[in-house]
Amino acid sequence: MLLIEIKPDICDFCGCCVGVCPEDAIELREARIDIIESRCTNCAKCVWCCPFEALLFHKPDKQAAPA
Amino acid sequence: MRERYDAIVVGAGPAGSTAARYAAREGVSVLLLEKDRDIGMPVRCGEAVSNRSLEELVAIDPRWIAATIRRFRLIAPDGGRVEPSLDGHGYVLERRIFDYDLARLAAEEGAEVLTKAYAGGLLREKGNVAGVTATVNGEERIFRGRVVVGADGVESRVGRWAGIDTTTHMRDMECCAQMTLTNAAPEPETCEFYFGREIAPHGYLWIFPKGNGIANVGVGISGEAAKKRSPLSRLREFVSRKFPAAGVLTTVAGGVPCAPTLPTIVKDNVLLVGDAAHQVNPISGGGITSGMIAGRMAGEAIAAALRSGDLSRLDEYPRAWEKRNGAKHRMYHKMKTAVYRIPDEALNSIARRMSRKPADRQTIWELFKTALADQPAIVWEMVKVFGLGGKV
Repeated sequence: MLLIEIKPDICDFCGCCVGVCPEDAIELREARIDIIESRCTNCAKCVWCCPFEALLFHKPDKQAAPA
Repeated sequence: MRERYDAIVVGAGPAGSTAARYAAREGVSVLLLEKDRDIGMPVRCGEAVSNRSLEELVAIDPRWIAATIRRFRLIAPDGGRVEPSLDGHGYVLERRIFDYDLARLAAEEGAEVLTKAYAGGLLREKGNVAGVTATVNGEERIFRGRVVVGADGVESRVGRWAGIDTTTHMRDMECCAQMTLTNAAPEPETCEFYFGREIAPHGYLWIFPKGNGIANVGVGISGEAAKKRSPLSRLREFVSRKFPAAGVLTTVAGGVPCAPTLPTIVKDNVLLVGDAAHQVNPISGGGITSGMIAGRMAGEAIAAALRSGDLSRLDEYPRAWEKRNGAKHRMYHKMKTAVYRIPDEALNSIARRMSRKPADRQTIWELFKTALADQPAIVWEMVKVFGLGGKV
């Protein structure tokens, strides 16, 4: 499950997150950014390094976890 | 626009355009792809270069120069100043003109330039790299080329597609935010650098004048430091305190890989240049001219390899780079790591001692000597960082 969310209105499309992504899981075009869910491991390096705080990490909801 | 070229260059920054220019001038057919609609925009850069390194690479057009720099000022956490004398002078560029002109110089040598062209992968035939796939105006295209240059900046995805691990470690990624301010009235002809745990942990804050009261004001901190507080948040606080009356013309983000050069920069007829190859000077974070040096070396190696029909000659590029900057950048990276361990009180003390020295002894070398005399612990940090622990 993808736990990372990009806020496209805050993102500056600079590529810092792409550079630290160990899985090549981020596609960045001129003004469009997508996380490739099948590759993302939710390591959150992209979230930490973003100069503009445009990425969010949603902690998994323990109560919602399957039994 | 054809479908078949000798070389495809992905990314029209200074490194890519210079590789294209030097390959094309030797008769190589080159396609230069840029994902954005404009070359040179947006500018994600402090734009400072030294005159000598730039003069070596290109005939300088005065339209590229926003301001000339004759002084460096290093500012300690407590406000203490050191002004080491400069060997030569520097410029703050207008990169939106500069980058555009470097692409033009490549085009004048015969390279074809294509903007809004997003490379999506390498084309492989019988196991060999045979070009790139790209989206151009929403259309999937194939561009064949015997050689591919990855000049795709900090993202460095071309290298990943070739099987090179180009990921930048969080401690080496300098995460940056920069504002271009008007009504800022920065100190003329002076590049200012602020250091300290509060203002710029594992990095520095810069004020570079651009003339007419305009300044590039930015901060770069490591990915690890950015985790605690973002560069933009730090920059906003500094700007509101230091430049309350300034207007903000642009605010940009950026990532700079301040690491040693990647151990592999040529693989399967794919060459990496510039930020994509981690060729930024790791201690200053400057990458314009080092990327152009690599671009020239790569362009010349491509021409030699294709002319002789022996693609193993592409290896002349990493050999030339290693000889010129490989060991130097590895040492700068170690120095950066040691410098970032110096506590704020020690930086303050070093600055105080330096400021008491006569003007003719205000040099970078003297600064280094003062740091050692004032803070012998730094020697131990250096020893640790340089991996000499076992011998001491």
